[in-house]
Amino acid sequence: MKLISLKWKAVVGVTAMVFVTTPLFFSSAEDAKPVGGVNTFNRLMAPKSERNQPPSNDGIHDPTNEGTSLLLPPKEAFKDMPPAQAGNFVDWVQSLQKGLIKPRYDRSNPNEEAVVFDLDIVREVKGTMPDVVYPHDRHTQWLDCSNCHPDIFIPEKGKNQISMAQILMGQKCGVCHGKVAFPVSDCRKCHSKKKDGKGAATDTKKK
Amino acid sequence: MVLALFLLTLEFVPSATAEYGDVVINNQSDKAGMRPPVFPHWFHRIRFRCKVCHADLGFKFQAGGNQINMLKIIDGEFCGACHNGEIAWSVENCDVCHSGKPGTPTQVHGSTVQKLLGAPAPKPDNAAAKPDTTSPKPDKKK
Repeated sequence: MKLISLKWKAVVGVTAMVFVTTPLFFSSAEDAKPVGGVNTFNRLMAPKSERNQPPSNDGIHDPTNEGTSLLLPPKEAFKDMPPAQAGNFVDWVQSLQKGLIKPRYDRSNPNEEAVVFDLDIVREVKGTMPDVVYPHDRHTQWLDCSNCHPDIFIPEKGKNQISMAQILMGQKCGVCHGKVAFPVSDCRKCHSKKKDGKGAATDTKKK
Repeated sequence: MVLALFLLTLEFVPSATAEYGDVVINNQSDKAGMRPPVFPHWFHRIRFRCKVCHADLGFKFQAGGNQINMLKIIDGEFCGACHNGEIAWSVENCDVCHSGKPGTPTQVHGSTVQKLLGAPAPKPDNAAAKPDTTSPKPDKKK
């Protein structure tokens, strides 16, 4: 009996859907012009032309301010740097490793070398996503140990509970990732080790 | 006609497309009648590793979380560690930093949190305050 009523409901549902959607199909014939607004392709993705806007046009700087015109447009600074899919749309780590940029490690001494610590931390994650490999080397090329330890991450295995929700809300990795470093939309940059453990993704092997 | 076209182009300029990581600090500027400073994080990252400012100079990883004022900067703290006329240009270039639209709230522009929760609303009271560009404060204090 229950099964029959369910089937009946399904039939009603499908019929209702046909009735609701039919006007949409027919109306498209009437207005042949392309529709704007919500129906544009990739509505949620900013087009490339809108990326890395010059300060005078970026909505935050005051274009009437004299100093604004002196500021370097990001596109000019980024033109020789390898592209990325999100954030500043440039790959900062590659740029540094290839020597395309030479940021100082010391405020006044341009020749001071970074103290790089090479240790990969593998974090097994719940669900079906590949495990996370945290590369200390790529982080210590930029940062000091004290930037993360012990305030953000307790330097002890198993002591840090990290969730994507925390990261999205700007905690843990999200203190930088999603603000100034690549955001979480680049999933595979962190989730890079196959679950079966037979081999990390190529990215983690690059040195 | 030209004016109409100009207005049209203004109409299509997106409201806020500032560079990812641009930090607006508006702890005091609006109240003081000064444009809020916009810190271009990307620009500084090309020249310095994170460690220089965030470990050596003590900048916390939080927009507006550092109690920065012009006196500290002139005394060589925070921005003043470099912006002293030796490593980078000095504080007399007020409007190069203080270049934000009046009333822009403290934020890291384009952050994931901002995308999820929406950009902080501009303060209408402060937005009306006219930035005082004629009498730069840092010079007076020198």
